[in-house]
Order: sequence, then structure tokens, then C-alpha cells
Amino acid sequence: MLRLPRRLPRLSPPSSRLISSTAPKRSDALFIHRDTPYNNPEIAFKFDAQNLKRAQEIISHYPPQYKKAATIPLLDLGQRQNKGWTSISVMNYVAELLEMPPMRVYEVATFYTMFNREPIGTNFVQVCTTTPCMLRGSTDILNTTCAHLGGLKPGETTKDGKFTVIEVECQGACSNAPMMAVNDDFYEDLTPETTKKILDAFAKGEKPKPGPQSGRKTSENSAGLTALTTKPYGPGEFCQPEFQ
Amino acid sequence: MLKASSSSSIALRSASGHLRTFATAVDPPVRRYGGLKDQDRIFTNAYCRHDHGLKGAKSRGDWHRTKDILLKGDSWIIQQIKDSGLRGRGGAGFPSGLKWSFMNKPNWQEDKRPRYLVVNADEGEPGTCKDREILRGDPHKLVEGCLVAGRGMNANAAYIYIRGEFVQEANHLNQAIAEAYKDGLLGPNACGSGYSFDVYVHRGAGAYICGEETALIESIEGKQGKPRLKPPFPADVGLFGCPTTVANVETVAVAPTICRRGAPWFAGFGRARNQGTKLFCISGHVNNPCVVEEEMSIPLRELIEKHCGGVRGGWDNLLGIIPGGCSVPVLPIKDCETVLMDYDSLKDAQSGLGTGAVIVMDKSTDIIAAIARFSSFYKHESCGQCTPCREGTTWMMNMMDRMVEGRGHRREIDMLLELTKQVEGRTICALGDAAAWPIQGLMRHFRPEVEARIDAFRSKHGNVAFGGRLASEVDDTLAVPDNLGVRLPVDAPGTV
Repeated sequence: MLRLPRRLPRLSPPSSRLISSTAPKRSDALFIHRDTPYNNPEIAFKFDAQNLKRAQEIISHYPPQYKKAATIPLLDLGQRQNKGWTSISVMNYVAELLEMPPMRVYEVATFYTMFNREPIGTNFVQVCTTTPCMLRGSTDILNTTCAHLGGLKPGETTKDGKFTVIEVECQGACSNAPMMAVNDDFYEDLTPETTKKILDAFAKGEKPKPGPQSGRKTSENSAGLTALTTKPYGPGEFCQPEFQ
Repeated sequence: MLKASSSSSIALRSASGHLRTFATAVDPPVRRYGGLKDQDRIFTNAYCRHDHGLKGAKSRGDWHRTKDILLKGDSWIIQQIKDSGLRGRGGAGFPSGLKWSFMNKPNWQEDKRPRYLVVNADEGEPGTCKDREILRGDPHKLVEGCLVAGRGMNANAAYIYIRGEFVQEANHLNQAIAEAYKDGLLGPNACGSGYSFDVYVHRGAGAYICGEETALIESIEGKQGKPRLKPPFPADVGLFGCPTTVANVETVAVAPTICRRGAPWFAGFGRARNQGTKLFCISGHVNNPCVVEEEMSIPLRELIEKHCGGVRGGWDNLLGIIPGGCSVPVLPIKDCETVLMDYDSLKDAQSGLGTGAVIVMDKSTDIIAAIARFSSFYKHESCGQCTPCREGTTWMMNMMDRMVEGRGHRREIDMLLELTKQVEGRTICALGDAAAWPIQGLMRHFRPEVEARIDAFRSKHGNVAFGGRLASEVDDTLAVPDNLGVRLPVDAPGTV
């Protein structure tokens, strides 16, 4: 989930235990839950009336004997109600609602990267750094974001709790690279300047317009359309005679 | 006389200058691919210029006489898809008509289990952003496609698995489905044909591996997205233990248009066995990256120069192109000149069409770093089920990160290649293969650059042992095993 900065084999100064000792290696995400004051099973969690209704509707999409298929959508719903993170109480509640062992829900919540198991800031900034974005300068965007928010490292939250920045893998907007997602919205075609502008707007509690920041509308050629320049054809046009 | 003989000798020379006899067949005219007209584009709202709702979709020809298509029956629909030559657009390129026909085995009616169509909208392959344009611009094409494809395979319901990050896209899709239900296009009597069909959206939660068909099925079932062993294939035991077919968004969304406009129309584009139109998404170092629907078999160079304003700094500034998303090997500039964007031509060039995601890299690119970034992507996304992939991706990432710096020994290139060969083909799903291929492509075409970097590091820091340890850091008073390569010369003879 939260990717720590990558480690190159950083070698300790020569010691007499060089060959027989190995450095401990930690996974990049901790899957173990430890009770903390802000995250323990004693904290009650329940869907509010509106979410309960939505949950029932989601459950109805799946065969009755496979209620657990709703695990991911319900965890997502719970995460949204719980200020953007999935606490142990959310997981327990979903397990109870779907009549399944809590362990099965924990398995799912730890597998998928979109479930945050630690609290996050109100604005969750996810900067894509996979190759297509990297080629277009996402390293600058990440550095700008981190520096602009007071020298954060990816994975950290600002002191005022307004921003959490993480580095994420491909978000599927590669023709609009570099991009970042803030909460649910994609901000594309970024430059360091537009990135700062977006972050400033969020800091003021505004919501800038999502989508490409370069002026184009979606993923068309920014120098002028090279396709779909004419009026779209209508019903039955160019169809076989029997479907005209 | 002299004049006549000279003119006949001219006639005997073909354009290429070979001497030919009268029995030689005339070369067929060379067909150029590309240059698709707007009237032949299927996704007419790919750029979201028009209304994506039901009214706008109907005005662009969606849901036009869908009832008649449904009433034609399953075998007609599948035959149309087979005749159109449509191959799966999700990467593997399996013939769609054949795949869908696996659902209709003899006496399938006796099997009382429900049957499902699952649409794979978990678009996570780096470089790929085509399904997104369908989902937000033309969601009704996909919903109608679910109905038509579902009728073809006699499915009862369709689940559309959309990646969790696509919130706006999921909203458009949900809106389209709600409108279709309200208009009676879906539901117990879909389009008034008497056929009952439901469509549901299932949002994922950020796992690249869920784009693999059996992992996707597991994920819908509410489990970790870990691929299943095949057989049994999903057509026998799939979602909730029922017959299931998983298909890509683009494959499903083109089905109604193929049925309406006829298989020969679709088959008229592209080379044999690579027919149709395709959404290509071009990213990276081009002047104007974009997503565009073009004819299959369009030359790669033409695609880039016509629709993307060319490579940044001109064609000669090109270093290499990854033609089909991060899972396929990179092509060097000399292949990029000639290659056609279709399954067979790219396969011949030892790469692949994949999802049609073209990632362009110009000479300013650190190609080793670019491929190393893919390795860390695969390390992050490996589900951890099979040991070769779980351990191998981490290992490959560590080695590639050292290659970026040059911190290694030349022999380690071969070790890395051997490692990729050990991962490839030894895992349940193709993620292990996909992690191995970019590295193999890099070493196939750019090995001298990797070697040069290793040499540069070596000349600066002295000998480097296998694993990245500097010889200067090794304590000489200890018995260092010879096989660590600490004292190995640069180009030591022998095999690894």
C-alpha cells in the first residue's frame, strides 16, 4: 500500500560479521493489526441509514448464497463513511453484515491497495509514477507536491491533517500523463505550476475542476482533432439493410 | 528492330528491376492500412464531446433495433462475430466468436446453473487508457454490448468489473444502466424481445492482478484477487461456480455495431486474421499524446505522425517504442519504422499488440530506469500466490535498480536473463511472464547501454561483486568465496 522509498543495497561499513549476518528485510506494507487508541474493535461503527439502504441494494446484486461478494463494495462504502480509511471496526461490521468470518474480510482489506488501514488527511493526493507518467515528468510532480506541502515524504500526512500524499501505480490515464488523483478526481496533464495551483485550491477548501489542466477536454490531440471531426452518424446509417 | 527489342526488354523488367518471364504473376497492389474515416469509427463519442446519456447515445445509433438483433438468436450473433474476425482486445487476442461459442456446448439447456458474462473494465496495464474513453463517453455502447454478447452466449446477467479508481467512469456507467432499465432496454423483457437480462457494476479496489480473468472472478466473489488454476476454464466453472465468459470492454462494446453494420464491414479493415478497428492510446514522448480509433494494421510510424504530431524532436530522436502496454518487449527504432500495429506483425517483431497502448520514448529517456520502473510495478502488483513470481519480481526489481546505477557485474545481465526465464511460464497466470518480457526486450535491444553503464560504474568505483557489493568494501582479512565475483575481471570467460 504505502510504498516506502525504495532501498538499494546500502552496505554497512565492513565488519567482522560481514558474510554471516544479513540485514532484516521488511515488507513494504504491514499487514498486522495492533490495537491503538484510534483503531481498535471497541470503537463502534455502523452504516448510517442511507448507507445501509445502499448496502442492501448492493447485496441484492449477487446471488443470495454469495452475499460475501459484496465485501469490496461494502468496505468501500464503510471507508467513505469512516473519513476515508478502513478501521478494524469497519471490517468487523462488514463481516457481521455479510455473515462471514471477520478473517475473510481482513484478507480482502489487506489485499487491495485502495483500502487505507491508517487514517488519512482530508485530501488524499495520489501521484502516479509508473513509466508512462515518469516519461512525462511525474518525478517533478511528486517532488513539487511533497515540497509544496511542507517537505512530506510519500506516505505521510501533513500536520494539519489536510493532505496525505502517496505514490501510486498506473491510474489508467496515460495519454494525459502526468496525473494525480485527489480523492476521487483525476487531475491530468500536470505541470509543477498547475500542481501547486491545485494543491493551493484544496488547501483553501475549494475543489478545482478535474480533468486535464492544459486546456484540452479529454484525451484528444491537443493541437486539434485528428479524428471524430465530423458529426456522428445517426441511427441506422451505414447499417445492413435489415437494420436500417 | 533494334528499337522493338529494347522496348520489349523494358517490358520484361518489373518495377523492382528483376527480370521476369511472361508466366510471372503480377504483384497484387500493395494495400496501405490506416486512414480510417469518421463514418467507420465505432466509438463516436470517445472524446466526450456529446451527451453520454441515453438520448445522446440513441441519436448516435445505439440501441437501434437491438430487439431485432436479439431475435436473430445466439448462433447468428456468434456467427457474425466469428465472421468479423474480431479478436479479444484485452491483450491475448483470442478469437472472440470462438470464445463466446464455448458457452453454448451441446445440450447446454440441460445445465440449470445461471450463466454470466463478465466484462473486464479493470484497466490497469501501464500505458492503457482506452476503456476509460468508452466508459465515460460511450457507456451505452458497452451496456448494449453486454446485452448482445450476453444473448449470444445465453447469459442471464452481466457483471462489469470496473477498477476502483475510475469513479467518474463508474458514475457514467451506472447512469447508463439506470437509464436502460428505465427505458425497458434491460430487465425481464429486454428491448421487448422476451429475453431476460440484468447488468450490474462491481467496483474493484485497486489491484492490477484483477485484470486477469480468474482473479477478476475471485475478486467479484469477494475474495483476494488471486488467479485460479485452469482447467476448469471459466466457461465450465466460473463466477459463483457457474459458466462464465470474461471479455474486455472494447470487445463487448463493438459487438452491436458489428451485428448492425455486418461482419464483412468490420472484416474489411486490417490484414487477414487481424481485422477490425481498434482504439490505440499513445503516451510518452510524442508531441500530442492521445487516444484514437484507427484501422488495425496501421503502420506504427503513421499512427504516431498522423495522430500525435510525431515524436518529440522528430522521428530521428526516437529511442524505442513499447507497442502494447508494459507487458510487451520494447522495439528499437529500426523495427518501429516498419512494424504494423496488429497481432501478427508485432509478434513477428518479437513484441506484441497487447492492449494497443503505445509508449514512446525519445533519446532523452533513461531506458534502463524506464524498464526498472516496470519491474517495481510488477513487484508491487504480484499477488503473492506463486513463489516464482512473488520472489522473482522482487529479485528482478532489485537487480534492475542496480542496473540503473550500473552497480553490478556484466555477468549479472545473463543471470538476470536466466532469472526471467525461470519465472516465465512457471506461474498460474501471465503476470510472471509479463514481468519477465520487458527485461528480456531491454537486454535484447539495449544490452550495450546496460553494459556501458556497468563499465562506467566499475571504472569509477572499482570491482563490483555479484549482488552489488563493492570490492573495496569487502574485508580482505576474511575468507571471501570466489563465486561472489569480487575479483572477477570485466569480461571473464566462462558461463554463469
